[in-house]
Amino acid sequence: MYDMKALYEAGSVEEAVRLRIEHPEAQIIAGGSDVLVQMREGKRAGKELISIYGIDAMRGVSIDENEAIRIGSLTSFSHITRDPIIQKYCNVLGEAVDMVGGPQIRNIGTIGGNTCNGVTSADSASTLHAWEAIVELTGSNGVRRVPIKEFYIKAGQVDIKPDEIQTAIIIPKESYEGTYGHYIKYAMRNAMDIATLGCSVNVRLSADKKTIERARIAYGVAGPVPMRAESAERYAAGKSVSLETVEQFGAEVLNDINPRDSWRASKAFRQHIAVEMAKRCLVCSIKLAGGEI
Amino acid sequence: MSNVGKSVARVDAFDKATGRARYTDDRCDKGALIARVVHSTVAHGVVKSIDIEAASKVPGVVKIVTCFDVPDIKFPTAGHPWSTDPHHQDVADRLLLTSHVRFYGDDVAAVVAENEVAAAQAARLIKIEYEELPFVLDVQKAMEDGAPQLHEKFKNNILNHTTIRNGDYESARKEEGLICVEGWYDTPTVQHCHIENHICYAYEENGQVVVVSSTQIPHITRRICGQALGIPWGKVRLVKPYIGGGFGNKQDALYEPLCAYLTTQVGGRLVKLDVPREDTFVSNRVRHAIRTHIISYMRPDGTFVARKIECFSDQGAYASHGHGIVAKGMGAFPQQYPCPNVEGDAYTVFTNKSVAGAMRGYGIPQAMWAGECHIDDCARALGVDPLEFRFKNIMKKGYRDGFSKNELYDDSYVQCLEKGKAYLDYDRKVAEYAKQTGPVRRGIGVAAFWYNTAVWPISLETSSCRMILNQDGSVQVQVGETEIGQGADTAYAQMTADVIGLADYKDVHVVSCQDTDVTPFGTGAYASRQTYTAGFSIRQTGLLLKERILKYACELTRQAVYNLDIEEGNIVRTTDGRVLMSLGELATEALYSLTHSEHLSAESTYQIKNNAYSFGCTFAEVEVDIPMCKVKVLDIINVHDCGKLINPALAEAQVHGGMSMAIGYGVSEQLLFDEKTGKPLNNNLLDYKLSTFMDHPHLEAQFVENYEPTSAFGTKALGEPPACSGAPAIRNAVFNATGVGVNRAPMTPHVLFDRFSEEGLIRDFWREEK
Repeated sequence: MYDMKALYEAGSVEEAVRLRIEHPEAQIIAGGSDVLVQMREGKRAGKELISIYGIDAMRGVSIDENEAIRIGSLTSFSHITRDPIIQKYCNVLGEAVDMVGGPQIRNIGTIGGNTCNGVTSADSASTLHAWEAIVELTGSNGVRRVPIKEFYIKAGQVDIKPDEIQTAIIIPKESYEGTYGHYIKYAMRNAMDIATLGCSVNVRLSADKKTIERARIAYGVAGPVPMRAESAERYAAGKSVSLETVEQFGAEVLNDINPRDSWRASKAFRQHIAVEMAKRCLVCSIKLAGGEI
Repeated sequence: MSNVGKSVARVDAFDKATGRARYTDDRCDKGALIARVVHSTVAHGVVKSIDIEAASKVPGVVKIVTCFDVPDIKFPTAGHPWSTDPHHQDVADRLLLTSHVRFYGDDVAAVVAENEVAAAQAARLIKIEYEELPFVLDVQKAMEDGAPQLHEKFKNNILNHTTIRNGDYESARKEEGLICVEGWYDTPTVQHCHIENHICYAYEENGQVVVVSSTQIPHITRRICGQALGIPWGKVRLVKPYIGGGFGNKQDALYEPLCAYLTTQVGGRLVKLDVPREDTFVSNRVRHAIRTHIISYMRPDGTFVARKIECFSDQGAYASHGHGIVAKGMGAFPQQYPCPNVEGDAYTVFTNKSVAGAMRGYGIPQAMWAGECHIDDCARALGVDPLEFRFKNIMKKGYRDGFSKNELYDDSYVQCLEKGKAYLDYDRKVAEYAKQTGPVRRGIGVAAFWYNTAVWPISLETSSCRMILNQDGSVQVQVGETEIGQGADTAYAQMTADVIGLADYKDVHVVSCQDTDVTPFGTGAYASRQTYTAGFSIRQTGLLLKERILKYACELTRQAVYNLDIEEGNIVRTTDGRVLMSLGELATEALYSLTHSEHLSAESTYQIKNNAYSFGCTFAEVEVDIPMCKVKVLDIINVHDCGKLINPALAEAQVHGGMSMAIGYGVSEQLLFDEKTGKPLNNNLLDYKLSTFMDHPHLEAQFVENYEPTSAFGTKALGEPPACSGAPAIRNAVFNATGVGVNRAPMTPHVLFDRFSEEGLIRDFWREEK
């Protein structure tokens, strides 16, 4: 039995926006795998909820008119993993969200919920950062698009206006074209866990596969919000495909990340693992892109 | 024997698989009032005041009771048989609710409301003012002079201290040329994590307080409820339905006494107390964390000359099962690897943490972690193979313990070790893994375990059984030893069928639900004694029933009793094998006869004055990713000599579960407490890293079936033993792979990072590879 004051169910995006305006105190609920857990813990007890879970228009993956990948915010993790468009152009995202919780959570949990929570450990978040995803928000004044990096304001807080809901996540063509990536979730067990550290790397190689044209890397849990390691990215751009490059790429990461000491893991441990993950992810990405290393 | 020894389907398989089996919550009327316990938010303190005004106004709140309302009766909670000798009784140190809180999560108040939401809202609104007292979390710091004291009567927080003095350790260790190995070994606080949280409900009826509870020990809990409420024990009726696991946590009176009290405070109305998982971790019971110090003196040929052991057992805030755990653990030390000169000291010490009680293995998983890690340390110091070192030193056939009179009738250890060695192709792999230098390395490890089956002669062992013959020749059987998921009922059905001579174990209806008003007296499910202990009373009662059946058969058939037997559910003349009548025909005649009507039934008590060793081992193969500080278990086998198997498939399943627990114990599980506040940090199933299906390789279970001569059916312990040797086997495999001995369980990546850093293994393998 959940301690909820009221539940409003939206049948469409417009209705959801209207309900947001009518009930400014209400919490949006999609799959509920986070909201209901928090409600049970008492953190969100007694709140009103606006369920957007029934808005089927917000489900599914497609290629839009600009050849960008459009992922409806209510698309579940298991659907993302099995989606042919994701598998073809951004397989790492499907692999990353396949590491969320267990099968039941992946069936109910949505990518919109995963990002709107604003938590640094979300398995989708580091890959979406590394692929420079765009967040689409729909409100009473229409659609607004925000780069994912700006969407995350601080731990637990994202850029959603009081009359908005997140309707899609978009990966532009320039971001996915010719690009291959790998994600490592570092956790304390192999299922039903949140990341101690998450690392997502992707590369685009030159035609001869000898040079890294572009490398992007993002972490979860290396700071209060998911973050890119920009020094490492700047370093790798234009470098030859080699173990030296990989080595230095890993070392550069420490200029960018700022993990904290907590009972979950020490800073020294997180830093050590972050470097190792960066290197392993880069090697794996290069191999996926057809490079030899 | 046509049923015993076969892998027949569980008697409860269909009901459990279809969801038809009814557990405590399924049986509780949906109109029950809901109780919620309010816990301490300080690690040590005195409640100065409690403000319930706001909480009382929450719609639906029926009653709030606080520590200032409950009777001032202290009671013990441990699920031990009662001792009529006051010196052997468990420590009575609990109140239903307390104003002197001794751990973060202690019970201060309780709300009874019409529904869960109202109960939760009111619980959050209760304001408790504490006078905070200093607290202590570390077991050895708690023993220091000047440490915060938890209980008046126990100086330096020492609940108990026992010793072993065999031979003369101090003189023996002075022998010339001895090699000394010394180590400190730590095990963590862990929780049982049974699927079904503890839940109970209570109401008053017919002048009794009826408590239905998810417990392993209905008759014991009835006694404790009577003690806690200060009412005659017969005024309490305790009912135990199917339970979703216990692993020892439910071998304590948990919230049954409080729930029983709460119903008396609301006019006997039905009150349900369903413990949230977060509270299960903190406010039920945990396994004792034990820190162990071992020193061994050996001759260069590997002979033990003198050994010393010190154990510091973290009791948490209340006595519960207390010193029995570490005493059992230390007791294994001089036996498993016999040595003429042994000095041992075991301390059980109060700290301001969650209360430690019974948990699967009862001190042996901790003792095996310390002892078996140390054995590998000894082998390493001598430069000999750790398995060969075990073969040389481990307890051999013919060993007899003077106190318990336990005897090793077969060469169980050696046979089990040989079997595990063969399965993992030990020699080949040891050679193959000897010269690895890269970042990812493999290793192989072994650990043996010591166990015994029941509690005799430390405590009473008694089992009572009732059997009733139905018209169709089927039989009801009841015992006080409870089904807690382990498959006991199925074993009882198989044993009953064979003793009486029924065709099929399905002709036996085991009354699974114990009800203290109805069920014959037995002390419940604990130790690894169910099949062993109940076996005696089932065999004795079955023979008694059979005798009565055959006596009646004499009347009906006019044949001499010594020429009659029951086979496959028929009365048979043994002289020519002729079937004279079916058991059903006899039973129907017996009940409805106009000349001699008799309800054929039997009931008897058997007091067991034996105990039985149950030994075995684990072999593990691991892959250690050194830069990632991770251990992956690639292969693992447990080998057990638990006597004859009553049901091989169930035995295998029992072993699988224990191996899973052992993997978590060795690699990931630990309940953490904030050093600054004493607050538990990870009391939920996300942050507490119970190992999952994805963390296990194939779990191999094998057996050596030496018939246990003291047993009614040749069987002995298998409940707890599977959980005892897995963790040190994994540790020893990591040792073999990396050369780094990790003495602290669980071997989490954090622990490995620290140890690998100390040993210079956190280095740049990438550069080396280039």
